[in-house]
Amino acid sequence: MEEKLSRRVGSWYRGATGVVAAEKLSGGASQETWRFDIVHPEGNFGAILRRAPDGHGAAPSRAAGLNAEARLMQLAFDASLPSPRVLHVLTPEDDLGVGFIMQRVDGETIARKILREVEFADARPRLARELGGVLAGIHSLPGTQLPELRRMTAAKELDESERDYRNLNWPKPVFELALRWLRDHDPGPPMEATLVHGDFRNGNLVIGPDGVRAVLDWELAHLGDPMEDLGWLCVNSWRFGEIDKPVGGFGSREELFAGYEAAGRRVDPTRVMFWEVMGTLRWGLMCGGMMQRFREGPDHSMERAMIGRRASETEVDLLGLLARRGS
Amino acid sequence: MQDEPTPIELTRAVADFLRGDIAPMISGHNAFKLRVAINILDLVTRQLTLEEASDAKEVERLASLLGMKGSVMELNRVLAQRIAKGEFDLSTTGLAEHLWQTTMDKLAIDQPNYASYRRELARDKGT
Repeated sequence: MEEKLSRRVGSWYRGATGVVAAEKLSGGASQETWRFDIVHPEGNFGAILRRAPDGHGAAPSRAAGLNAEARLMQLAFDASLPSPRVLHVLTPEDDLGVGFIMQRVDGETIARKILREVEFADARPRLARELGGVLAGIHSLPGTQLPELRRMTAAKELDESERDYRNLNWPKPVFELALRWLRDHDPGPPMEATLVHGDFRNGNLVIGPDGVRAVLDWELAHLGDPMEDLGWLCVNSWRFGEIDKPVGGFGSREELFAGYEAAGRRVDPTRVMFWEVMGTLRWGLMCGGMMQRFREGPDHSMERAMIGRRASETEVDLLGLLARRGS
Repeated sequence: MQDEPTPIELTRAVADFLRGDIAPMISGHNAFKLRVAINILDLVTRQLTLEEASDAKEVERLASLLGMKGSVMELNRVLAQRIAKGEFDLSTTGLAEHLWQTTMDKLAIDQPNYASYRRELARDKGT
């Protein structure tokens, strides 16, 4: 890896003489993430490679694709949103498959640390509002410059959820109740379809003591209802125990909405609630999907198996949303 | 009839050994994997301990809700269908209470430390 990167680094990073300290951070069958340092006379520069190795270029149906991800990150960076700068989009000459190289942003992505460690104490109370502003910025990125993305509606998302649920072939009355509720409360097409990040939550946000430093992982980006991102961010699964702070365990919906509206966009709280219910169900279905992949291989890992037993967390949360009991 | 020790005693003994004797010896990614393995054994132990009684009560509730007899799987399939068709909803007498109890019984095995489960549990106990 270092050799391949070193061979071409001079062509996309001016003055670079090589690449060191390449280390694979994560890798599934279809995508890998590597960290490495670009060697430069003025000092080394931290970088990240996201790539689909040769022969694994085909993206799953929901994924935007790595070239689209690179384009979106660059657009976000250009709009002064917290985003890594994209340094290079891979070409056939790189001989590294499909993907891109970006600046490595220092900070923390692990929610439990961000929610508990003292170095983030000053940032935490500000994050809900700040994230509202970042989302408003993402939703305001000019449609004409966006790459080709799939178009989603509440109705399509519901159809896919129902199909995924039926595929599990395991009766879950609470999921049935949620599907029914979602059908009955489908808000219809949004006033304005915008870019939707699709996975804007703890884990995909780089946070520093100064606040949000980068939004990562645009894999699920699509065009649709901007309120989807706000609802997904409020799903209980990303609060990591801080259940009275719906926005990622950081703060209130009101703070999120205020940050969003201060950046010049309107919030529709009814739609946000719809997408929070949808998001909770979707995460439950994703837990089930990972269990299926454990069963069918090739990833026969214990972690995948155990995630199947987290679907019930979303059931208690769905009941909390739809059938709240007296306090 | 099988002899003792019971499966519960066996899984618990293995989990205790891994937790007490092996975990302190390893680090890094394997320590993470070991934690997952211990969590799995703990879950299996909880299921072996709790499932029979909670399933029996669930079947009892389902039989009374649906007015029919059957296995826990059969009755859950019927309930799921009735909700999907709109024949049962939250205004159906006893449905919300049944779903809450059933879900709480799942969490007691799957993820007893999940914060929203613990809050509901405290509510049940009136504390």
